[in-house]
Amino acid sequence: MKKIFLSITIIAVAASVILVACSKKVTGVTDNLPALNPGNEDLNAGTWKAVLLTNLDSFPVAVPAATNAASYTAELNEIIGGQRSLTDAQRASIKYWSAGAVLRWNEILRDLVAKHNLPPYQNEDGTYPIPTAANPFNYPQYPFSNPPYAARAYAYVSAAQYDALVAAWHFKTKYNRPAPYIVDSAVNALVPKTTLPSYPSEDAVLAGTMAQMMTMLFPTEISFIQQMVSEEEEAAILSGANVRSDVNAGDALGRQVASLFIARGKTDNVSKAVGTPAQWAQFVTTAQANGQTPWYSLETPARNPMLPFFGNVKPFLFDSATVIALRPGPPPSATSDEMKQETMQEKAYITNPTREQMSIVQFWADGAATYTPPGHWNAIAAEDFIGQNFSEVRWARNMALLNMAMMDAAIVCWNTKYYYFNPRPTQMDASIKTLTGIPNFPSYISGHASFSGAAATILGHIIPSKAGTYQAMAQQASDSRMLAGIHFSIDCSAGLTVGQSVGAYAVTRAEGDGAE
Amino acid sequence: MSKRILKHIVLICTILLVLNNSLLYAQTDEDAIMMAKKQLCVGGTYNYSSWKNYWEGTLKRNNLNLGTVSSNMYAVMGTYGITDKLNVLVGLPYVTTKATAGTLHGQHGLQDMSLWVKWLAVEKDLGKGTFSTYLLGGISFPTSNYIADYLPLSIGMHSTNLSGRLMLDYQLGKFFATASGTYIYRNNITIDQTAYYTTEQINSNKVFMPDMATEQLRTGYRSSHLIAEAILTNMNTLGGFDIRRNDMPFPSNKMNSTTAAVNIKWTLKWVPGLSLIGGGGYTLAGRNVGQATMFNAGVFYILDFNHSDKTKGKSSK
Repeated sequence: MKKIFLSITIIAVAASVILVACSKKVTGVTDNLPALNPGNEDLNAGTWKAVLLTNLDSFPVAVPAATNAASYTAELNEIIGGQRSLTDAQRASIKYWSAGAVLRWNEILRDLVAKHNLPPYQNEDGTYPIPTAANPFNYPQYPFSNPPYAARAYAYVSAAQYDALVAAWHFKTKYNRPAPYIVDSAVNALVPKTTLPSYPSEDAVLAGTMAQMMTMLFPTEISFIQQMVSEEEEAAILSGANVRSDVNAGDALGRQVASLFIARGKTDNVSKAVGTPAQWAQFVTTAQANGQTPWYSLETPARNPMLPFFGNVKPFLFDSATVIALRPGPPPSATSDEMKQETMQEKAYITNPTREQMSIVQFWADGAATYTPPGHWNAIAAEDFIGQNFSEVRWARNMALLNMAMMDAAIVCWNTKYYYFNPRPTQMDASIKTLTGIPNFPSYISGHASFSGAAATILGHIIPSKAGTYQAMAQQASDSRMLAGIHFSIDCSAGLTVGQSVGAYAVTRAEGDGAE
Repeated sequence: MSKRILKHIVLICTILLVLNNSLLYAQTDEDAIMMAKKQLCVGGTYNYSSWKNYWEGTLKRNNLNLGTVSSNMYAVMGTYGITDKLNVLVGLPYVTTKATAGTLHGQHGLQDMSLWVKWLAVEKDLGKGTFSTYLLGGISFPTSNYIADYLPLSIGMHSTNLSGRLMLDYQLGKFFATASGTYIYRNNITIDQTAYYTTEQINSNKVFMPDMATEQLRTGYRSSHLIAEAILTNMNTLGGFDIRRNDMPFPSNKMNSTTAAVNIKWTLKWVPGLSLIGGGGYTLAGRNVGQATMFNAGVFYILDFNHSDKTKGKSSK
């Protein structure tokens, strides 16, 4: 009897193991999205204010063939033929891209930022190798997509996509060529039908923009990006939304608009952001000459400070003089009673951390091997934008506003960090153990607070019903750095203010760009 | 030595703490020893594990920003004989971790409770010795909301695991050999982050945990008062990914190891039911794990409920 009971037990356990095992696949939050179905096609977007593109006709798009031309008929036949032999992979690709190409490229960029966000391992002599764009595949690969690098990458990609789509909408309404599924009923619409003119293809504009931007930002990923470009452009045709000439025109336009941003990127000072050992030493002597306690790296061996001259990068939303104007006043001296109090407060935070405290720290940590704090805010924005049914061009515009704000916040933040060169709490009291890694740059002001203040402010303008939620999230992101033991409260409060000020510039731009 | 005496040997409850404190190797569920009916073995163990070098994927390295990573594990455990051939086992450890260098905060807390059912399915004379087959089923689950994605200082992986084990034992005089194989199903875990990178970006707070398989060989001297044995354990993660260059570990890494250990259990003659254990181990080879050195010590005591039943006249049989 007992043996029978045991056998039943064993079989039951084995069966439950098999059953549970079947459901182990992890699904991402955007893996199974429905197709983007905009409430408004924003047909006037060709009149919106672009970021760099001042003359929409500076990259002319040729007059397309009429829909009764023989060449167009051949293009229709390509779609009809392709749709008759669709593979599962092609169907999956159509479904994937139909959720929105701005969203998908944003996700791909977040993936690449996380992939390349690893600090280089030290050399034998205790120095650290610096990634170089001239030799991107050598270890350490270029880039090391740390938070300021990532903030700039998100901004350049988003702004270039936005400008390219503004140009695309201009030509779409100018030439007004309908989509193939409207021209010929033999073409199936495998995505929601729209009245948006299809020439040039917005999908191909985005693909071409991305292909070009990545040559500058993630040169080791060009072949991967080109594969995604091909998949997206094929999906645009096989879905019935575009003929090949729509795609070719869009791809070329995207690459041309991107070239404007690449030209800007070559002269925006980021190439000088790493600095030299002599310049790094100068920060120390300057702080000492001012009677202050200079920051030092808490890593072993001491690592060179992260992009100390990123504060000189050319911003998108204001000029370099405004960067200085937005820089907050100095924190209390490291030897002051006020900073001793702040240090004691940090010690108190981490002495017996609660699980909820650790959870907040981890949720916002966004450290090495992640998409960084700007990437986190992109994810937050994207999930909320999905429910808004924005057109592709409005998606791009809102992402550009968000990411230009965060890049400019990074510039003011980094400018402040290296202007004051202030120590981290653990430098003040070595017994302060932290709940996440200590970022390798000065403490004042908090990067998380700066990014989050900027992001919450512009997102609250884009989705006013969530403005309070976004500010509360920014406050929590900012607080998380104190709770982790890696920032003083004054770093966070000053950072949040800087971020909100930068965010206000993005709001001003949004109010005047013709999209509202 | 009679089988009867053998069956009354106290259970040994060594835990070999594999690095990352991820796995428990309790001898109670890994050895070929049973408690007799209505006997309860209770005990406590202390285990120390530390490593300075670790394998980043297959590359062995140290980390000046971690120094030596160590953990202390204090476990209580019990084994009860439902019958002579069917035992249930329970264990619950409390773990602390720390690193000697760098700034990361150590962790501490109650880790995972484990429950096993152990069945002596076959026992028969074979040649001049005795051959036994055991079947075991186990479950372990976290007993506190400890943080998993904080390796190498998290106290565990926070997954709920189901294990099935086949164990074969042969005793010849006072020498024995035991071989076992275990399949461990690991449930997915939830982390505090809403996205993470493995070999690609995953936009979810759920982490796929690959299953594991372990094999173990143990051999040595086994009598009613002394056990001295050598143990070789191989652990394989069936899937998972390598730590990238200069990245931190992640719960779903491909963690493999081969560990050698020795273990001694000594049953005191002048205090019936009391036994002491001690042992040590070393990680010979690994992947995405630390090269741990481990020591353990413990005390166990047997409570016999057969006697009290008799005095109350309530013997079940």
